[in-house]
Amino acid sequence: MEAVPARARGYVAGAALLALLCLLPLPALHTPWWALGLLAALYAASEYVVRRRFGGTFHPVLLAGAFLLPPPAAALVPLPAALVSPVEHRPALPRRLWRAAQPALAVWAAARVHWALGGRDAVVGCDFPYALLPAGAAVLAFCLVLSLLDGGLRVVALGVPLRRAWRGLLSRSLAPVAVHGLAGLMMAVLWRSPYGPVAALLVLLPMYVSWWIFAQYHRERAAHQATIRALVQAVDIKDGYTRGHSERVGQASVMIARELGMDDERVETLRFAGILHDVGKLGVPTRLLRKDGPLTPEERRIIELHPEYGHEMVRGISFLGEARAAILHHHERLDGSGYPYGLVGTQIPECARVVAVADAFDAMTSTRSYRRARPVEVAVAELERCAGTQFDPRMVTALARALDRHGWHPAVTADETARAAPTQQPVAGSRSGAPR
Amino acid sequence: MTALRIVHTCAALTAAVCLGASLWTGLADRGVALAFGVLIAVGELTRWSGAPVRQAAPLGTAGSLSYALLGPDAGHPTLHDAPQVVTVVLAASLLGGVPHIWCGRTPTLDHLARRVLSVGFAAVCFQPLSNKGVFASWSGPAYALLLVALLVLTALCDAVLAAALAHSRTRWPFGPLLRDELRGLLGIGSAVCATGAVMALAVAVVGLWALPVFCLPLLLTQLSVRRYAAVRATNRQTIASLARATEIAGYTPAGHARRVAALGLAVGRDLGLSEGELTVLEYAALMHDIGQLSLVDPVPAGATAGLPPAEQRRIALLGGAVVRQTGVAAAVAVMVERQADPYREQPVAARVIRAVNAYEEKTRDAGPEAALRALEDLRLGTAGDYAPEVVESLARVLARPRAWGEGAPAKGDGRRTALSDPAPGWVTHG
Repeated sequence: MEAVPARARGYVAGAALLALLCLLPLPALHTPWWALGLLAALYAASEYVVRRRFGGTFHPVLLAGAFLLPPPAAALVPLPAALVSPVEHRPALPRRLWRAAQPALAVWAAARVHWALGGRDAVVGCDFPYALLPAGAAVLAFCLVLSLLDGGLRVVALGVPLRRAWRGLLSRSLAPVAVHGLAGLMMAVLWRSPYGPVAALLVLLPMYVSWWIFAQYHRERAAHQATIRALVQAVDIKDGYTRGHSERVGQASVMIARELGMDDERVETLRFAGILHDVGKLGVPTRLLRKDGPLTPEERRIIELHPEYGHEMVRGISFLGEARAAILHHHERLDGSGYPYGLVGTQIPECARVVAVADAFDAMTSTRSYRRARPVEVAVAELERCAGTQFDPRMVTALARALDRHGWHPAVTADETARAAPTQQPVAGSRSGAPR
Repeated sequence: MTALRIVHTCAALTAAVCLGASLWTGLADRGVALAFGVLIAVGELTRWSGAPVRQAAPLGTAGSLSYALLGPDAGHPTLHDAPQVVTVVLAASLLGGVPHIWCGRTPTLDHLARRVLSVGFAAVCFQPLSNKGVFASWSGPAYALLLVALLVLTALCDAVLAAALAHSRTRWPFGPLLRDELRGLLGIGSAVCATGAVMALAVAVVGLWALPVFCLPLLLTQLSVRRYAAVRATNRQTIASLARATEIAGYTPAGHARRVAALGLAVGRDLGLSEGELTVLEYAALMHDIGQLSLVDPVPAGATAGLPPAEQRRIALLGGAVVRQTGVAAAVAVMVERQADPYREQPVAARVIRAVNAYEEKTRDAGPEAALRALEDLRLGTAGDYAPEVVESLARVLARPRAWGEGAPAKGDGRRTALSDPAPGWVTHG
């Protein structure tokens, strides 16, 4: 139950008022009511299905409306959808108002631009390629209004600073909306052709399927992340006192990698390397991992097999890339006294050197059953003492710099899945306010 | 192999006749033919050649179908006939396939044969009547509906053809294969058909400009299909690795989960399970021993089939708890949990896993006569533990001349998405 701030209510009311102003000239117009009704019903139906099953919005019908109808009539198309489609969070009234007003304004702007550039005659006369120009301009206007309104809402409802409110909104929405615009244009052209609305409806089917596959992709990706979490949790089940260790090592590895200026893909690989570095402990008997007293040399040798076990396990997961080498070599030392292969200096893969530092850092700063956690400064001093013999000095410096800049606030999600608090949604309920 | 040979011969004959006819009469409307040819070739070029998916080249298929059903071009009637349609589609598909062959990917004739036959079917139904001007007097919406009806008919024929080809290549039962093909029509198949119809209609209205305009949304679809297939493959790899955790931990012998999955899939296919059920079966078979990770001391040789029933059920429940934390469907966790129940209370996939797991444990490290003895043991257990129809199906699968799991031996580890997948080129979807 999140409250909607008064400013946000005012903002939504203002947008609704603007939308009403757009509708004012409607009675004076010669409006094709049956086309408007059909489009509005179509949009409501697809919005209902799409929002319920996949989330996000379905633009081709809206844009087809903008290409077919006079601007005030086009602004009416999104109205029934806002009334019909389910609202996930309360209060419902401002959310419904926003869902009606925001697309209405955007469609009105798109239709206005399209009309001004003579797009209507181009659509009726099938004047290609000229028809692409007004359609492109209309898509641009549509995106601009959508992201303008969204950014504004982020400022008043979420308190996002003005500088950051509009960052990335337009560039993220432009490409998908452009594709939807092409489908909308095709719909409009077929609608006005002798083949009529039946043919126009056919355009929606591929778009719908594309959306469906896209949603499946997201579901599968989420499933994949859960699988990786399960791998880590399987280790946690066996090795009680390292709870959360894997994720924190992942975070520390990311900090080091960012500080070293690695590209995003490598940073992501290093996150996985950090998270999965101890996965080989699955292969070590539980009795040994949970043993409290000192280990015999025999037992120590068995535990030291875990990097090789881990590598054996993740060998077949191709997307992990060089993270697999990091898992194999994260216990190597710079002077060659580490295991499993006793590699020296630069023979050790770079990502393994990163994970080694992150691993040692988190081991020192977290509480274990046999000793208390040490403060961050002490841990860093200890790392610096061992730099050159055990750790790569570059990685240690990078970690120290990153800690100076950002501090150390490990957030572990693995144990606390129940903490999934209601995310700070804007009134619209669309994801982080991005027009989708 | 008879169905295979018949289909290939038919396709070759059709192609030869059409080629001859086109050479004899020459090409009509060359500009239109060229535009569609380029579209189809581009569609083939972007063909997805990774994991086998339904509709690997949706753009190529949609372009071929729309050329077969093309009436007027921007209001002017076109003159191309059915043989020309087949010739252009064939030439463009071959041209688009050259780079794939160049890169050393195995070319499969199946999709080409299917495309020639289905496009030929659509063109023979439509072009003669269209060229005679039969549809000139039809109203617009009726014409659009006619195209849709023709495409539905073509898609049905194509599904039968695909199922027949897959059946003769793999010897899996025809019924479930056809059912899966028909179900696939509802997804991306319907998108491809609709696009074919829309392109034909749009070209009739605005001319060839419609092709690039409507290509883009379909390319987007193709891209998301590809990404979906990729992430699915990755997920499979991760699950297979999770399954190997028990082997590395020394709880179960190496390769056990993989062998159970491969043999279980073969039995599931023999029993006529659908594609979705087979996926659940495969994942559950891969992870069926995962509960042993929670044991402090391993079971000797991981052989759970010899344990007391209560202990078996406890391990199964532990495994279900681990599987629930992974992102796979909840059905998989249910199968893992219920693998040790008496068969009358089990779902089909759990019955398969139970029987196949017991067979695998009884035959490993044993002589050649162990297989027969294990089957005999299972048959004796059909009173309560093992489902009789599953045991009989297992016997059928094992009696086949071809090894049941072509992909079972550890070969080409990282390349293939799952070791229990059929070898590439077994099932191809045009």
